[in-house]
Amino acid sequence: MPKREVKPKLEMFQILNEDGKIVNTREMPQLKNEDIKRMYELMVLSRVFDDVALKLQREGRILTYASLLGQEASQIGSVLALQKDDWIVPSFRENGVFITLGFPMEGLYQYWAGDERGMKILEGRNALPVAIPVGTQVPHAVGIAWAMKLQGRKNVVVTYFGDGATSKGDFHEGMNFAGVFKVPCVFICQNNQWAISVPRSRQTASETLAQKAFAYGFDGILVDGNDVFAVFKVTKDAVEKARAGKGPTFIECYTYRMENHTTADDWKRYRDPREVEEWKKKDPIDRLKKYMEGEGIWSEDYEKEVWDSAKAKVNEAVKKFESVPPLMPLDMFEYVYAELPPELEEQRKDFE
Amino acid sequence: MQAINLALKQEMEKDETVIILGEDVGKNGGVFRVTEGLWQQFGDNRVIDTPLAEVGIISVSIGLAIAGMKPVAEVQFDGFSLPMLDQLYNHAGRMRKRSQGRWHVPLTLRVPHGGGIRALEHHSESVEAFFTHIPGIKVVTPSGPYNAKGLLISSIRDPDPVVFLEPKRIYRAIKEEVPEEEYTIPLLNSQVVQEGSDVTVIGWGAMIKTIKEAVEQLQGKYSVEIVDLLTLYPLDEKTVIDSVKKTGRCVIVQEAPKTCGFAAELIARINEKALLSLEAPVQRVTGYDIPVPLPKLENYYIPDVTRINKAIENVMSF
Repeated sequence: MPKREVKPKLEMFQILNEDGKIVNTREMPQLKNEDIKRMYELMVLSRVFDDVALKLQREGRILTYASLLGQEASQIGSVLALQKDDWIVPSFRENGVFITLGFPMEGLYQYWAGDERGMKILEGRNALPVAIPVGTQVPHAVGIAWAMKLQGRKNVVVTYFGDGATSKGDFHEGMNFAGVFKVPCVFICQNNQWAISVPRSRQTASETLAQKAFAYGFDGILVDGNDVFAVFKVTKDAVEKARAGKGPTFIECYTYRMENHTTADDWKRYRDPREVEEWKKKDPIDRLKKYMEGEGIWSEDYEKEVWDSAKAKVNEAVKKFESVPPLMPLDMFEYVYAELPPELEEQRKDFE
Repeated sequence: MQAINLALKQEMEKDETVIILGEDVGKNGGVFRVTEGLWQQFGDNRVIDTPLAEVGIISVSIGLAIAGMKPVAEVQFDGFSLPMLDQLYNHAGRMRKRSQGRWHVPLTLRVPHGGGIRALEHHSESVEAFFTHIPGIKVVTPSGPYNAKGLLISSIRDPDPVVFLEPKRIYRAIKEEVPEEEYTIPLLNSQVVQEGSDVTVIGWGAMIKTIKEAVEQLQGKYSVEIVDLLTLYPLDEKTVIDSVKKTGRCVIVQEAPKTCGFAAELIARINEKALLSLEAPVQRVTGYDIPVPLPKLENYYIPDVTRINKAIENVMSF
């Protein structure tokens, strides 16, 4: 019997290394200085939003919050590769995705403060709301992508999830349908190495997550998730491929969750602080800054301006979030059915 | 069965966003042949054999529905529908809520339901109470060909997710005139199958046929009113309450296990709205709190004519 390669080796795709140097000139996407600055500014904005969210949580002004610290390149880099009417199917850590899509930050704070109105989907954007049960949203993305194909539309669907989700049945069934029906879906797995306290090694014996795609009959790509250019490039390629009817792609963004799983967690119970320190050196924002400095499109003044502007926007969002009129208790009966059934009509009256 | 097939065919002819997906629904026409001929008529893109994956079928259907399709998904047997509960509970039933009205999920899940066909293990369950407990979805229980067609058309057109429970025992057992032309039955329209004044017997799905047989055997001893619910959620409570108020006595027949079954919900509603009209405690005739027995003992489990009539005697002699 001929020997078959059963352990495909995947190399990590990288364009911008930890020192901010381009290591893969051939693959460097065509980006104007303005585009690069926009990437940087959105990453900084997401980080400020995140930092303020953690503070608001400590002060009891919002509830449990899931930080995206360290994953900015994976989120912003991938969203920027999409067209305006493409679809996004997120999990719960994608605040950077929502910010890049233009969702008002006050709404995001509102959602994390327990006010359902904050998840109102921005008009003109095709995004599903935050999905908290891990991995359950993955097959929704496949269904939407399938609808695009059946309706002859040219839109692509991108879904986000983490390394933990790849252990779930929903992930498997979604990936399997995507391969079989060759739908225009891009799976973005932010492998941040930790599912609460359980390390990536406990999720699967696979050497990489990306190689799982091969078993479903489509491409899997391993990319440095802290390299915004690489994430942008592989997502752009995958999205274009999907748009051209050439089927799905799985992208493993190799990154790190710098913060706790959520504010209800304490990573010091299960992680070695040295590991966290090591990953700090790979920070996606620092890396891009070094690159921009080298290219002469970064200065101290610009830096100050970017952070000041982000802080001002976030402060404004906090103000708006805190001055939003309170939810009316009766609102809980809204949006359950198209028309309130008699049972609910009666329960609503009882409540009044 | 033919009535359901006709409803599917007519809705698919009328609305090209209606698609069928499930296991063996295509060339094979479904394990019960409910989708027979549809693949031949509508082709691969509208009658779709999926991988063998219940969660995949329901969750991908949710995505299809959000994006403007009207999927009619089939699960082969009720006992296999349980992995779908997560997706129904966490997503189908709350997408409208979670997106603050931006998205909704107009899908129909067809589930061959209940026992009595001498099938293997896990092919004879009655799991309606799991579904009725999920906010945001509707649960429809046809009892014969005529209402199956009208209710299925309404379910497909409904903007909310509908679980459509087809009693497999009567797929071929009831012969009834089914008009060729299109008609709908609203998803809130219980039916008084037979009027009476002594006692109300309430049922749904396959139990209606058994109730009718039981009442026939009484040969007019009591004047029995039979209520066929047709939908469990929403529930046409008025028809139930009006009938119980009129007769003062009530028997509820349910194939599912007794504890926390839908009959318990009906008794609670009757207590809330018609307690003072009752001449006797409401009686339940149900399956037992055991796994559905294999065919050798199945007939002892499923409510039958004898047990129903015993319950009627009990409430009449109270």
